[in-house]
Amino acid sequence: MNIQSKPPVAAQKLDAETRIVGHDHVHDSASRHVRGQAVYIDDMPDLPGTLHCAPVLSNVAHGKILNIDFDKARASEGVVDVLLASDIPGKNEVAPIFADEPFLAEGKVEHVGQIVGLVVADTLAHALQAARKVVVDIEELTPCFDEAEAFEAQSRTLPDQHLKRGDAQQAIEAAARRLTGRVKMGGQDHFYLEAHTAHAFPGEAGDMTVWSSTQHPTEVQVHVAMLLGVKSHKVDVKCRRMGGAFGGKESQATIIAGLAALAAHATGQPCRFRMRRDDDMAATGKRHGYTINYDVGFDETGRIHGLKVEALAHSGHVADLTGPVIARTLTHLDNCYHIEHADFLGFAAKTNTVSNTAFRGFGGPQGMVAIEAIIDDIARSLGRDAQDIRAANYYGAETGSETPYGQSVFVGDELAHDNPLRNVIERVTSNARWDEKRTQIEAFNAKRGVLRKGLAMMPVKFGISFNLTTLNQGGALVHVYMDGSVHLNHGGTEMGQGLNTKVAQVVAEVFGIPLGDVQITPSDTGKVPNTSATAASSGSDLNGMAAFNAASEIKARMLDVACEHFDAMPSDIDFRDGQVVCGDRSISFGTLAKYCWMKRISLSAEGFYATPKIHWDGKTMKGRPFFYFTYGAAVAEVVIDTLTGENRCLSVDIVQDCGKSLNPVIDLGQIEGAFVQGMGWLTCEELWWDEKGRLRTVGPSTYKIPGSRDVPPVFNVELLENRPNPEETVYRSKAVGEPPLMLSIAVWLALRDAVSSLSGHRLAAALDAPATPERVLFAVEDMKERAGELI
Amino acid sequence: MTEPIRFSLNGCAVEARCRADMTVLEWLRLEALLRGTKEGCAEGDCGACSVLLKRPDPRGRSAFQAANSCIMLMGQLDGASLVTVEGLAAMRTGAQSGHPVQLAMEENGSSQCGFCTPGIVSALAGLLDRQSGSEDADHTLAEDDIHDALAGNLCRCTGYRPIVEAACAAASQQIAPLPDHPVGSPNAVTGEDSSQMLHPATLDELLALLRQHTDATLLAGGTDISLDVAHARARWERVISTRNVTELRNISENADVLTLGAAVTWQEALPFVAEHWPSFATLIRRFGSTQIRSMGTVAGNLATSSPIGDGAPALLALGASLRLASSQDERTLPLDDFFLDYRKNALRPGEIIKAIHIPLTGSELDERRHAAFRVYKLSKRYDQDISTVCGAFSLAFEGDRVAGARIAFGGMAATPMRCTAAADALLGKPLDGATISAAKAAIAGTFKPMSDMRGSAAYRAMAAANLVDRLAHDLSGETVEVMAL
Ligand SMILES: Cc1cc2nc3c(=O)[nH]c(=O)nc-3n(C[C@H](O)[C@H](O)[C@H](O)COP(=O)(O)OP(=O)(O)OC[C@H]3O[C@@H](n4cnc5c(N)ncnc54)[C@H](O)[C@@H]3O)c2cc1C
Ligand code: FES
Ligand code: FES
Repeated sequence: MNIQSKPPVAAQKLDAETRIVGHDHVHDSASRHVRGQAVYIDDMPDLPGTLHCAPVLSNVAHGKILNIDFDKARASEGVVDVLLASDIPGKNEVAPIFADEPFLAEGKVEHVGQIVGLVVADTLAHALQAARKVVVDIEELTPCFDEAEAFEAQSRTLPDQHLKRGDAQQAIEAAARRLTGRVKMGGQDHFYLEAHTAHAFPGEAGDMTVWSSTQHPTEVQVHVAMLLGVKSHKVDVKCRRMGGAFGGKESQATIIAGLAALAAHATGQPCRFRMRRDDDMAATGKRHGYTINYDVGFDETGRIHGLKVEALAHSGHVADLTGPVIARTLTHLDNCYHIEHADFLGFAAKTNTVSNTAFRGFGGPQGMVAIEAIIDDIARSLGRDAQDIRAANYYGAETGSETPYGQSVFVGDELAHDNPLRNVIERVTSNARWDEKRTQIEAFNAKRGVLRKGLAMMPVKFGISFNLTTLNQGGALVHVYMDGSVHLNHGGTEMGQGLNTKVAQVVAEVFGIPLGDVQITPSDTGKVPNTSATAASSGSDLNGMAAFNAASEIKARMLDVACEHFDAMPSDIDFRDGQVVCGDRSISFGTLAKYCWMKRISLSAEGFYATPKIHWDGKTMKGRPFFYFTYGAAVAEVVIDTLTGENRCLSVDIVQDCGKSLNPVIDLGQIEGAFVQGMGWLTCEELWWDEKGRLRTVGPSTYKIPGSRDVPPVFNVELLENRPNPEETVYRSKAVGEPPLMLSIAVWLALRDAVSSLSGHRLAAALDAPATPERVLFAVEDMKERAGELI
Repeated sequence: MTEPIRFSLNGCAVEARCRADMTVLEWLRLEALLRGTKEGCAEGDCGACSVLLKRPDPRGRSAFQAANSCIMLMGQLDGASLVTVEGLAAMRTGAQSGHPVQLAMEENGSSQCGFCTPGIVSALAGLLDRQSGSEDADHTLAEDDIHDALAGNLCRCTGYRPIVEAACAAASQQIAPLPDHPVGSPNAVTGEDSSQMLHPATLDELLALLRQHTDATLLAGGTDISLDVAHARARWERVISTRNVTELRNISENADVLTLGAAVTWQEALPFVAEHWPSFATLIRRFGSTQIRSMGTVAGNLATSSPIGDGAPALLALGASLRLASSQDERTLPLDDFFLDYRKNALRPGEIIKAIHIPLTGSELDERRHAAFRVYKLSKRYDQDISTVCGAFSLAFEGDRVAGARIAFGGMAATPMRCTAAADALLGKPLDGATISAAKAAIAGTFKPMSDMRGSAAYRAMAAANLVDRLAHDLSGETVEVMAL
């Protein structure tokens, strides 16, 4: 039994008819976003004496620091201080898990762009100018840039992870057919529009307040305290909103916030540290690129008997979050398929590049790209449609319903009656008119023109909860004021995903008051402590439930007073539309609040929530890491140019399971945005390093994320109807932040299909990700060569 | 005397005393404390800093256009009108405050993190302003127009659909004129003594100033050169702007030649180019973004002499020439002879481009003779990207035989370059398999391209040669570009 959590909420409350939850409400800040009135950290007014920071970055990938000469920088116009590792009063340690990453390089540098020092000056321009004048003398050592090379050398940032069930080797050898292969996929820059920013204000007696554009205020608090050599209670971290994050501000924001605090500590003045885009892209982590090797045994129907995988993650110079990222890769390599004999190895390759980090999907997408490539390869080798291979392997009664890590996929009678996986797949293939499209595409390709089309379906099953059980907790603080207005604070952070809106809806629903009466306030470690990162799609599950608990507790107290007032039973009283109603009598919610105050009843409560039922053993990689799964499926149609490799997604159909959506318009936005972001990862977004290990795509002029014209002209999204979450989540909703990103794998699969069409679909395309025009053209050329006379 | 910079800001006349080379974004955020306008990249590529700008024009046709305040200098505001997201928010639409685009985006779920939103609002308000002011009142907004207007604005959150929908919704509304308070033409010298902008009004004045101040920075739109300022790599004491030089603002056309003055922007050149070379016009619509095209000039693109500049291959293939002027003399130079080496050109000290001459060859000369022009840009993204390879083909046919050919490429060498060997391979032949192979071999033999983040040498070589195939398919009427589907 979980002794921490409040008594479980009565399930029927979550199932009740709702007035505010479940309806469309635009983002709480929308009216201010469009008018330029939403305040981001760099928009906050400057106090007199505010200073600005600029980082000094290493231009060497691997080497020993011999000397740092900052005399010129110090003498440069406007400079107040130049800070190095030796200026840190506490611990020079920023790593979220392993103690392996310094705020400021000390003794050695391990990637180009590593922060070596910090210039503090009166203006940002002066700080930037001075930062270029710092001369770092480095003795170069041999660097390693490639994950496969690091694997050869067995150079890793953390111990291997191994997820095993059955005897894969034996099953592969015994199978009628066997394939081996490799798929490579690149990383991805988050390209949040607001680059990393923090603003630190020194207080009295060593206090420090830090406004940080962070997904994880608690982590910032803990590390700032360590950095300054004080305890956590000296540090308060706040965040009202971020201009996008996507995982890029989960651990990475701590670096920027910590350095701002260091500068504020050293100078005794408020310090602002806003990264310029190029510094941000050079110095902070990205999605992990992967090389995935596989060995698969299967039969003539395409049913997989055994699968061995080596997943080599491009960790970068330190571990950062690579451990849990790999865990998610390994637990999503199965995607929707039952694999009886599995042997999945996860290797964290140490390379001399910036350390990779969390990014929407958190390793899951890479695992899914791999299994889908494997399915595709199996299909071509058997001369069958990939859809048949999928069908032969879906979790279900005929195959099996337990994942390789031991979690049962289906809940209650889902398997027997209402298989959610089947639901989304059937719905999406019918929405997309799959058969008709296939025929049309065959006819188009039969003209043998320059342009060729492709089609693919991508099913997604994604596990919701942090793999590490501890992290699955949320907190909230709710005050009701005497006029009935409500102050809401919770442990999550707002990065654009609409979390604040959803949590406010929950509170307004509980109290039966208008949404506008709930005031959303900045995340603040002084209000809700010891929070988890807003990540893993869990923001509304955890904090929504915590806020539900807090509001419900206050409401229960208020209900007592109302019963007394009306001389009625609780069941006779209803809180709705800002009124507390008992038969034909009513008082306003505000009046009741006033009565409570007069009777000296507390109108404030903290709420807490710990996800039930989950457990995970990281060593054996077994357990029930996920509270539930969400499902989705997409069909994408693409066209490629066989002369130049240019390509485009022409249409996409999506069906996504959001449980009983808390807010359909916000969920729709998450689905569309995630899909387009994933499509960027797999097509136009390419990180490119030169031979010295310098990332040369450090701005939007060279790093190309999708633009408005890249969005498929036909883009149909449906939220699966009538699918309340069978688990007791907040109002039976399901998480939506990450899962739809993986639907975009449909685009990449369709591109492979288009290339494969050149061989009459007999051969699998040799196409890695991202499918830039260059990779597509080379895959076409390779296909022409292999397919020979078929074209 | 250095005068303050005078302009209209959200409908009020203001005088700013500041360095002429301060970026408008910096000024808005740090001096005017208008922090609705955001910095996302400081390189003109994300659009978060977009504002609306109307510049005085000796040709008398001026309208508000979205522009990137991160690479726009305060000196460029002289005599101009600027509207920011705050100015739009102060407009009234019916009983509500705000521009119709703002109201539509608010209602439509068009913002998530909201950081791109002010820039997107500005870009769309610019589109609708031009739309409502357009003579062609029947022109209804097509989705492509919206994509054109948004090509310079990145949104990482929404996937754009709700933004495009909001634009459509706002377009059907009555839209009030944007706040404006014209302040008249710029003073000759504005800014601060330590950083001034000079605004000559005639060519003679410009050339004299250039002779006088040999260390001055010559500025047209600034979409290339001001990146140095935006990245705090450069500060300029004296900037000379070509913008108000009457002679340089001319566009003229006779039976033989289209002449573009050196201060003509891509946006202004577009309709004239579109008349004669639709394929070139398509390229221009992909050139940067609306924001970039409304500032950047054709001459600036050539003077920068980047090997991946998009203007050069098309103009080389079309046989363009340059009129160059200095305080001593004027001369005409074929564009063929202009590019000398990586970012080096034939301009002498004190010499400028005065105009670009593009010879006109009708596309249908007579029954048997016809001409064709195609330019193909290959890049990772269709909109607002720099070319990996850009290939331009200008062919004349007699019957089915090629009677004349000029072929040029960008991205294949240290300069934009013609490929005479490929042209020769086509001459006198029909565009059949053998001819195409010969032309492809000639391209492969001519260029030794390099590898960089935009593409490997192998890709560039293969794709450039394949463009000959594309040309043949294209001229035969086949749909050859993925965007055409
Ligand atoms: C976001 C973005 C996207 C872009 N996209 C593209 C693209 O798609 N394709 C492309 O080719 N380019 C692109 N560019 C580059 C740039 O916009 C173009 O090269 C543009 O045409 C430059 O013109 P300008 O007037 O802004 O030049 P400026 O920056 O004002 O000047 C460029 C150089 O030319 C000199 N110069 C200007 N006028 C003259 C003259 N009359 N005589 C002599 N020298 C002169 C200047 O002194 C300076 O050295 C892009 C730039 C940005 C920031
Ligand atoms: S800040 Fe990105 S375009 Fe100006
Ligand atoms: S709403 Fe976040 S970038 Fe557009």
